[in-house]
Amino acid sequence: MTARLDPEHDGLAGRADDVYEALLVAHEGLSEAESAALNARLILLLLNALSDPEMALAAIATARDGKVG
Amino acid sequence: MGRYIHKRFAYRTPPELSGAAARRYPVVIIGAGPVGLAAAIDLALHGVPVVVLDDSDRVSVGSRAICWAKRTLEIFDRLGIGERMVAKGVTWRVGRLFHGEREVYSFDLLPEAGHKMPAFINLQQYYVEEFLVERCADFPDLIDLRWNNRLVELERLDDGVIVSVETPEGAYRIEAGWLVACDGARSRTRTLLGLDFTGRVFEERFLIADVEMKADFPSERWFWFEPPFHSGESALLHKQPDDIYRIDLQLGWDADPEEEKKPERVIPRIRAIVGARPFELDWMSVYTFQCRRLDKFVHGRVIFAGDSAHIVSPFGARGGNGGIQDVDNLGWKLAAVVKGEAGAGLLASYDEERIFGADENIRHSARSTNFMTPKGGTERVFRRAVLDLAARHVFARRMVNSGRLSAPCSLAGLSLQTPAEVGGGVAPGQVCPDAPLLAPDGKNVFLLELLGQTFKWLALGQVAAPAGAGLPVVRIGEGGFADREGFARARLGWDVLYLVRPDQHVAARFLAPAAAEAVAALRRARGFAAAAEGVAA
Repeated sequence: MTARLDPEHDGLAGRADDVYEALLVAHEGLSEAESAALNARLILLLLNALSDPEMALAAIATARDGKVG
Repeated sequence: MGRYIHKRFAYRTPPELSGAAARRYPVVIIGAGPVGLAAAIDLALHGVPVVVLDDSDRVSVGSRAICWAKRTLEIFDRLGIGERMVAKGVTWRVGRLFHGEREVYSFDLLPEAGHKMPAFINLQQYYVEEFLVERCADFPDLIDLRWNNRLVELERLDDGVIVSVETPEGAYRIEAGWLVACDGARSRTRTLLGLDFTGRVFEERFLIADVEMKADFPSERWFWFEPPFHSGESALLHKQPDDIYRIDLQLGWDADPEEEKKPERVIPRIRAIVGARPFELDWMSVYTFQCRRLDKFVHGRVIFAGDSAHIVSPFGARGGNGGIQDVDNLGWKLAAVVKGEAGAGLLASYDEERIFGADENIRHSARSTNFMTPKGGTERVFRRAVLDLAARHVFARRMVNSGRLSAPCSLAGLSLQTPAEVGGGVAPGQVCPDAPLLAPDGKNVFLLELLGQTFKWLALGQVAAPAGAGLPVVRIGEGGFADREGFARARLGWDVLYLVRPDQHVAARFLAPAAAEAVAALRRARGFAAAAEGVAA
C-alpha cells in the first residue's frame, strides 16, 4: 500500500529534472505568501490525486520525519 | 612528477611573407585550442589541407577543461590520441555529494564491461592540446600550424574569405574557401562578423584553482552544497594527474574578482579544504557563468565550433566535450563539401544537429546552475527539501543537481537520419555502441576502431549488405569479426544492417534491406534531400 513511499521507489521515470524545473518556474515572480499558497494547493491536489488515503497519511508522516541534520 | 612545463612553439615565417606565390587554401582554422586542433586533424584525416592560425605560441595556461567524457574519448581515439589521454589521465567513477558536514549520497559510474573507453577521465586541457599538437605533426603536408599569427580582419566573399593576419614579422593576407572559427568564448571572428550570443548570463562568480599537493584523496569527484569550510553556496574538488587538484568555489555575485584573486584571500580558503598538508597554488581564475549561443553556427563560408559558437556553465563538463562533438560532426561534412561530394543539405545539417546538441547542453547546465544558485526563498526551501529527502529517497537524489555529466547526443529524428522500422537495436541518430570483437586474424579489436572516417555498412549475422553503393562492410558473425562475449549482439541486435556515418552515429537500420532503400538512406545521410529518396540522380 505504501510501497510508493519506499526510499528506492522512483516514480518520475527519469524526468526528475523536468519536474523540478517546472516546480521552480511555477513559483517565479510570486511573493512568499503567494508561493506558500501555491504549495498548499499543489499538496492538496497531489493528496487527492493519490486516490489512496492510507498513502496520503503515510506520505505526511514520511515528510514530517524527513527532516535531516 | 613535476608541474607542467609550458613549451613555446616556434614562430616560423609563413610562405606569404617569404615571397612564395599566393595560394588559396581550402580551409583556414582560427584558434589552436582543443577544438581547432581536433578540427585540423579530422580534416587532415580526410585529406583536406588546412592552415591553423593562433594568436599565442603555447598551450592553455591552467587546467581549464579537465573532465573528458567517454564519447569525447572515442572521438579523440578516432583522431589518434585517445589511448594517450587515458594513459595520462585520472580515471574516476565515484562521486560524493555533501551538504554541510553530511555526506548525502555517493554514486558510482559503474564501469560497464566491453567498452574501450572509460566513462570519464580528468586531464588538464594543456595536456590535451600538447597531444593534439604532436598528432598534427603526423600530417606535415596537410596541417600548417602557425603560432603567433593573429587574425586581424576578415573579408567575406561569395565563395570564401580573405583573412588579414598579423605576425611578429609583419602582416599578410590569405584566401581560403572556408573559415572555421575555433577561437573561443571571446571569438575575434564573431566580433568581426558583428554576431552576438543570445541566452542567459548567470549572476554568480566562481573561483577556480589548480593546487599541487601530495594527498591520499581517492580519485573521486567531491561536491559540497553549503560547505562547512567556506561561506559560499558550493564547492567542487577533482583530482588531476601530476598531484594537481582542481578546486571550484562559489563566491557569490557581490564578490570582487580582483580582491578574490589575491593570495591572502585564496590561500585560507584552500587551507580550509585540504587541511594542514603543504600545497602550492599552480593557477587560479575567477569566472562568471553564461549559457548562451549564436542563433546559427554556419554563416556563409564562416563556420563556428566550440566556445565561439556556444558557452555553458562549467558544471556538467559540457564545454570542452561539446566543442569536440562539434568537430566530430563538422569534419566529415566540411571535407565532403570541399571535395564536391556533399548534397546541398549536408552543411546545413551541422547547424541542425549541433544547435540541437548545444541546446541540450545549455538546458542541462542552466538547470545545474539554477540548483546551485537558488534565487530567493522558495527556491532555497525546495533545494533544502530535496537535499534532506535525498539522504534516503532515490527520487530526490535524482533531483539533486551538481551537474548532469555529459552523455552522447542522440540525433534521432533529424534530417540526415532515415527512421527505422520497428525492432530492437540502436535507433538511427544514436552513436553506435562499442563492443569487443575478435578479428579473423585472431587480434582483439573494438568495434568503434573499425567504424568512422567514412560511411560504412555494419552487418550483424546473416543480413546481406547492399552491393553497388561502394561502401566498406564491417561484418560481425560468420565470415567476419567474432562476437565471442556477446556484447555486440546484446547492444546492436542480430541479423540487422546499420548504415554508420563517418562520426560513428547510426544513420539507418534495416532488418531486410532492399538495395534501393539502403542507397536512398545513404544519399539522405550525405545531404541529398530526403524528398529525392529513391529517385535516380
